[in-house]
Amino acid sequence: MIWLNIVIQGALVGGFYALFACGLSLMFGVLKVINLAHGDMAVVAGYVAVFLSPRLHIPGLWSFLVVVPIFALLGYVVQRTLIQKSIDRDPFTTLLVTFGLSVVIENLLLEMYSANGQSINIGSLIGESWHPASIIYISYVSLAVLAAAVLVLLALQLFLSKSGIGRLIRAVADDQEAAQLSGANYRHVFGIAAAIAFATVALAGIAYGMMTQFAPTSGGVNLLFAFEVVVIGGIGSLWGTLVGGIALGIAQQFGAHINLSYQILAGNVLFLAVLAVRPQGLFGRRSSLA
Amino acid sequence: MTAALLEVESLTVHHGQLCAIDDVSFTQHQGEVLAVIGANGAGKSTLLRTIAGLHRPTSGCVRLDGKDINDLSVSRRVALGISLVPEGRRLFSSMTLEENLQVGAYHANPGPFNIQRIYELFDWMPNRRKQSVWQLSGGEQQAVAIGRALVANPRVLLLDELSLGLAPIIIEKIYALVPEILAQGVSILIVEQDVSQGVSAADRVHCLLEGRTSMTGTPAELTSEEIDRAYFGAGLDAPAVTSGVVE
Repeated sequence: MIWLNIVIQGALVGGFYALFACGLSLMFGVLKVINLAHGDMAVVAGYVAVFLSPRLHIPGLWSFLVVVPIFALLGYVVQRTLIQKSIDRDPFTTLLVTFGLSVVIENLLLEMYSANGQSINIGSLIGESWHPASIIYISYVSLAVLAAAVLVLLALQLFLSKSGIGRLIRAVADDQEAAQLSGANYRHVFGIAAAIAFATVALAGIAYGMMTQFAPTSGGVNLLFAFEVVVIGGIGSLWGTLVGGIALGIAQQFGAHINLSYQILAGNVLFLAVLAVRPQGLFGRRSSLA
Repeated sequence: MTAALLEVESLTVHHGQLCAIDDVSFTQHQGEVLAVIGANGAGKSTLLRTIAGLHRPTSGCVRLDGKDINDLSVSRRVALGISLVPEGRRLFSSMTLEENLQVGAYHANPGPFNIQRIYELFDWMPNRRKQSVWQLSGGEQQAVAIGRALVANPRVLLLDELSLGLAPIIIEKIYALVPEILAQGVSILIVEQDVSQGVSAADRVHCLLEGRTSMTGTPAELTSEEIDRAYFGAGLDAPAVTSGVVE
């Protein structure tokens, strides 16, 4: 029963990791940009939700309905201005620019909100859980986040494989020059991919704010987990992202079970083991997406 | 001859320090097949890529219907009717045959070609449309690359090294399509290393040697000696080599 609980709790955390990582995976798979500000974007989304929900009289639980579209728009604009400018220079510049963005965001948030933890108020729902067996408690919020992760990945998968724009995104990811020769304005396609990535990271940031507390510097450690998820699952594979997230979650729960201080270590060990044995990740294929 | 469709005027293109195209000019007319031939490194592919917008010229210009298109992006040029089938096919490797055509059709101009029409042109395609393109043979991949460019309904189709890496019988089959494509009102600019293919398909031949125009004319007025000289450069018939052997 203890082991079952480890797997269940790991899968629940893993859902969040997958939701958090899929934007990172998309940005890297399509734009070939490693967004070092990815974690901070999630934190900003949390703050925006905390800021907007009392002012717009939206319950915290539903704040994503406003924040996600704002972030999609923000993603398109940031891509077409800042990130595209740095892509046009060279790949190294994108690292510097997103790193700089990360530093600026963290310090602005510290200046505006101090280092105190915040969370998105969802009332008594935070403590409620389903209790199917003696020691197994399944938090409704975590379950909802896992369900959201599966839904988002499913929707993304359908969008990329069935819609015209989705096919263009994959075409640009496969061969940017050939996609241009097929009439695709790759900058616009990049913008759309970034909009989707930002939308999913906003959702992840809000999920995080509901499950636990966040502070201006929370982005960094989550970014590390997101990187691990993408590498474990395989770069560019959406279902790999889900499996990678769940695998990382279970490994961490397993480590925590042995000794609480081994939680993050166990995740890192899994990450290194996958990197050593199967560097392309569990579901990784060469230069492909979805 | 009908109106000028594509004009290249005093085009010079550099790759860094290297001058790949040096002051090349030609005109392609509506409904014409123009073959640009030349040896490896003569600048043929650079020429096509510059016309398609993938390279910026150092000087000179490319005009379509008399309008300067130098500043237009690749996708804008596709919208105006310039489609390039790139060297090495460059298919979208994670996609199926049909998806590759769908990407080509997404920004298509109105015209005679659609995916259905491509399936009629290549009758083996419908049965294999759900297959990944990496499962196709080289000749089949080349056909998909041509189909992907044709569904955009170009006014001028740029074909870069169609014959590269393909068996002669496959090359012949692909070249047999040229009249059908022309019949739909598409002009064709071919770049070829394989001189005989290029010359036999073309209305006019333009030979490049080390980035410069070395010869131009219709296949009928050119002898094979003239073509050889333009292709390999002057001095081919000079005695330097033979005398070297004798001594």
